[in-house]
Amino acid sequence: MAELTYRDAVARGIAQEMARDPDVVFLGEDVAKAGGVFKATVGLLEQFGPLRVRDTPISEQAILGAAMGAAMTGLKPIAEIMFSDFFAVCFDYIANEFPKSRYMSNGQTKCPLVVRTGNGAGSRFGAQHSQSVENWCMMIPGLKVVAPSNPRDVIGLLAAAVRDPDPVIFLEHKSLYATKGEVPDGEIVDTLGTASIVRPGKDATILALALMVPRALAAAEKLKAEHHIDCEVIDVRSLVPLDTQTILGSLARTHRLFTVEENPRLCGWGAEIVSIAADEGFYDLDGPPVRITTPHIPLPAADILEDIALPTVDRIADRVKRSLGA
Amino acid sequence: MPAAAKSSDAPKPASSKSGSAVASLSIEDEVRAYREMLLIRRFEEKAGQLYGMGLIGGFCHLYIGQEAVVVGMQMALEEGDQIITAYRDHGHMLVTGMDPKGIMAELTGRRSGFSKGKGGSMHMFSIEKNFYGGHGIVGAQVSLGTGIAFANRYRENRRVCLTYFGDGAANQGQVYESFNMAELWKLPVVYVIENNKYAMGTAVSRASAQTDFSKRGASFNIPGEQVDGMDVRAVKAAGDRAVKFAREGNGPYILEMLTYRYRGHSMSDPAKYRTKDEVDKFRNEHDPITMIRARLIETKRASEDELKKIDGEVRTIVNEAAEFASSDPEPDVSELWTDVTR
Repeated sequence: MAELTYRDAVARGIAQEMARDPDVVFLGEDVAKAGGVFKATVGLLEQFGPLRVRDTPISEQAILGAAMGAAMTGLKPIAEIMFSDFFAVCFDYIANEFPKSRYMSNGQTKCPLVVRTGNGAGSRFGAQHSQSVENWCMMIPGLKVVAPSNPRDVIGLLAAAVRDPDPVIFLEHKSLYATKGEVPDGEIVDTLGTASIVRPGKDATILALALMVPRALAAAEKLKAEHHIDCEVIDVRSLVPLDTQTILGSLARTHRLFTVEENPRLCGWGAEIVSIAADEGFYDLDGPPVRITTPHIPLPAADILEDIALPTVDRIADRVKRSLGA
Repeated sequence: MPAAAKSSDAPKPASSKSGSAVASLSIEDEVRAYREMLLIRRFEEKAGQLYGMGLIGGFCHLYIGQEAVVVGMQMALEEGDQIITAYRDHGHMLVTGMDPKGIMAELTGRRSGFSKGKGGSMHMFSIEKNFYGGHGIVGAQVSLGTGIAFANRYRENRRVCLTYFGDGAANQGQVYESFNMAELWKLPVVYVIENNKYAMGTAVSRASAQTDFSKRGASFNIPGEQVDGMDVRAVKAAGDRAVKFAREGNGPYILEMLTYRYRGHSMSDPAKYRTKDEVDKFRNEHDPITMIRARLIETKRASEDELKKIDGEVRTIVNEAAEFASSDPEPDVSELWTDVTR
């Protein structure tokens, strides 16, 4: 067991997969010699050489196109798109190419690749470098979408993503890169489509993703200490496939549902889960499900504005408290 | 409007400067080229008929007029080389040896189609034949073909990926991102630009600031040449040069094939943006199949009877494909849910 930062976990996860499978190649802007703009891929070039760890031109379409072309022949590329906002620059590959090839080819051409990207806000990068784009990806049939919240999950889910035969969008959170967590020694391989209950509780279920997980946990502690409300916090981890069993199972125990989403409000992932809860867990609900989100605005750069835009610990706690009538 | 954009600026057939050093084909190759071009022509004519009869729906982009391009290029390949193209793909599939029945059945949306009816005219694949599709978004396949070449380089397998696209796709951005990457990494890819004079309904001169597409790689130092894409000998000769260049590790190569599409962009396009005279001129004076047929007879490389025999065999293949595609059952509805993910 060792303590590792989220950013070091990225490099360890990639190295783990590259060491076991020569078909894994890694490409992206500034990923090799510079070690990544977030320093999350330091050391990989030295360990695996320039044929397998490649700096690319600033050409997002060519990066993803090259990754997919290589994947169609059986390689397992990991492609980095520096900021998830840039998905919009290369969205044809994400929306039209990766996720359709298996279906359109009668299963002949598979697309076993991973797109890693820096997602989310908190760094004062402004409206074009701070977005949470998980809903851009989860709406497309054929894509899998995961977003780890801690170093252990980074390694385990990255391994699962690389070994998965389908295209996986791997959303790393920029504001988590410096955070630390305990990571076991040896190989770590997790399972896509599994949520994890990070804090058991009986009064309400709070679903959160990535940076919102530590905030939901802090809110839960505050609610317990100040109001004796015992919340269950679930780290959703994987949006597609989605672990509805764990989510609905928790709802059946607590009878209240909250989502904490960093994305702008319209069509956030929580909206889909609330819809599933209405369909499949309606009679377990003792009150309306509540979505706690960033408002439907572009993200501002100034400290004070960005801080209040995202769901905060206080806002989460307050919203849960009011909904429970405490 | 600039003078160059006037409608009088009609496309001209390739001049003799392109493919000037026309290689001679062996008798076997020339007869084979005739047969394969004819197969594409008859297949496409039949597809057009089936479309008219309502047996084929959706999009259907016919390759009639451009046959010499894929036939000549395929003759320049070795076993294991890959090809990828856009949505005008029936000819590209036929030259790889994909079964005409499976292609036609995909057009009619039947269960024995190459994609079980889930791809349609634009989306078929055969990994067995190294055909990587069949892509619908204009220009997207250029990056994919570059990626296939990247994998070849990674594996050091000496394979070359032919990446086909049209004069229309040549104005898309990802093409240039891919050119840069391919030259930078010296990837074994040959970009075959099929300049059939029209990007859907817009003439090349009305959409392109540089209409010599062989120069489109110049700023990346990618060599290019214009080729008479109506003469299969010229295509084969240029293909040999380009494929050799790429295979030997020198990086990408661009071949602009000067060709012509006789039919509309798709079956729903009446092609009112050009004159009948223009189409007739290509048909009557530059048709790739008429020319090779006349040449085979003239040089006594094949007799009229021999060619008629081929004509008959090709007709039989196409008729059988059409019959198969009309009688094969539709896909089972459960196929809706298969191959979305594993």
